Amino acid sequence: MASLTVEIVTGERVVYRADDVSMVVAPGADGTLGILPHHAALISLLSYGELRIKRGGQEESLVVFGGFIEVAHDNVVILADSAERATEIDLERAEDARHRAETALSQRREDTQSIVEAEAALRRAAIRLRVGRRRRGGHGAPQPVTNEP
Amino acid sequence: MPNPREIRRRIRGVSNMSQITRAMEMVAASKMRRAQERVTSGRPYADRLRAVLGDLASLQLDPEQLREFPLLAEREVHKSALLLITPDRGLSGALNANLLRRATHYLREEAPGGEPEIIAVGKRGRDFMLRTRQHVVAEFIQLGDRPSLDDIRPVAQVAIDEFLAGRVDAVHMIYPQFVNTLTQRPELVQILPIERPEGSGERMDYIFEPDEKAVLGGILPRYVEIQIYQAVLDTVASFYSAQMVAMRNATDNAKELVDDLSLSLNKARQAQITNEVAEISAGANAFRVD
Repeated sequence: MASLTVEIVTGERVVYRADDVSMVVAPGADGTLGILPHHAALISLLSYGELRIKRGGQEESLVVFGGFIEVAHDNVVILADSAERATEIDLERAEDARHRAETALSQRREDTQSIVEAEAALRRAAIRLRVGRRRRGGHGAPQPVTNEP
Repeated sequence: MPNPREIRRRIRGVSNMSQITRAMEMVAASKMRRAQERVTSGRPYADRLRAVLGDLASLQLDPEQLREFPLLAEREVHKSALLLITPDRGLSGALNANLLRRATHYLREEAPGGEPEIIAVGKRGRDFMLRTRQHVVAEFIQLGDRPSLDDIRPVAQVAIDEFLAGRVDAVHMIYPQFVNTLTQRPELVQILPIERPEGSGERMDYIFEPDEKAVLGGILPRYVEIQIYQAVLDTVASFYSAQMVAMRNATDNAKELVDDLSLSLNKARQAQITNEVAEISAGANAFRVD
């Protein structure tokens, strides 16, 4: 059966790499993208959101914050501005970040730049919390112990 | 012949110094290893981005369309900017001197048009540029040993802003390329306008989402960022490599110096003893009654 080679990299490190993936669900700029083997060549911008990878009957969750996805010849390359595996999410930090962002927004400052930043921070925190908590809650597929290539 | 006490004092001084340089060598060696790892771990992203940009560039040939991407647009260069990346500190052999020499050469010979604007990353370069009264428009210092991409984004932003506002028509970057532990080479690269990398040659009919323009528009600034980020990582690795080698040389020299000094110490001591013996026997001779 055909499979996908998936590589998720950020400017700082390689976050994920595997070559027997059956499906990738990514947060595209124009809506969620589902990628199966033999997908047409595609380059898309990514928004903030959850990225799911199905591999050997198990599903792993990651969060990505902006960047690109390129699909060509069953190679999926995700160039993320920032990405984390669900298991790497620090829930406390995300909670703090959400709190800070909410406080900043409630102060209704005139400075548009800081409002935009706070909103972005709030979105990131919310996604981290959602993805991170679901993992903790034991809901969904069991987490693979390790996914190293 | 200097007196033995003087020589002993120098030996103590030199061997104290060699202890310090040895400690610095070991610290630099361990930081160098980590810095080198960071250089390598950032490479896949840069390579991939370059490849995607190359593929895109081969699609984008229409000059009309190109106009919409000012970061790619070449124009006559009346004034350029130099993004100079240096370490914050010295004690790293000839690393800084070589970089600054390269930068001076650029300013004197290669800079197209009038006096270039300087964007300085790292204290050494900034201090040099201020001392030689160059036009420093922005400085970023003490980014530390582990700069994140977020730390570098403002640097890229300044370069892009200056270029897009038309204050400069090209941005060049000089940084110490990390070749290996013994070799760091000052490199000059053009950051803006972006020189499009070669595509794989293979024409792919990509589906673009949302569309071609948005994708290329998103890739270009990131490409600038990652080039600068990689250069900064190279700088950190180069710095610790150069420092480790410089400190190792200093330690070796100190050891040699201690050996030389010990030899002179022994000679001086022997000379003193010989002298004393001669004096005593001369004294004894004087009292001898033949």
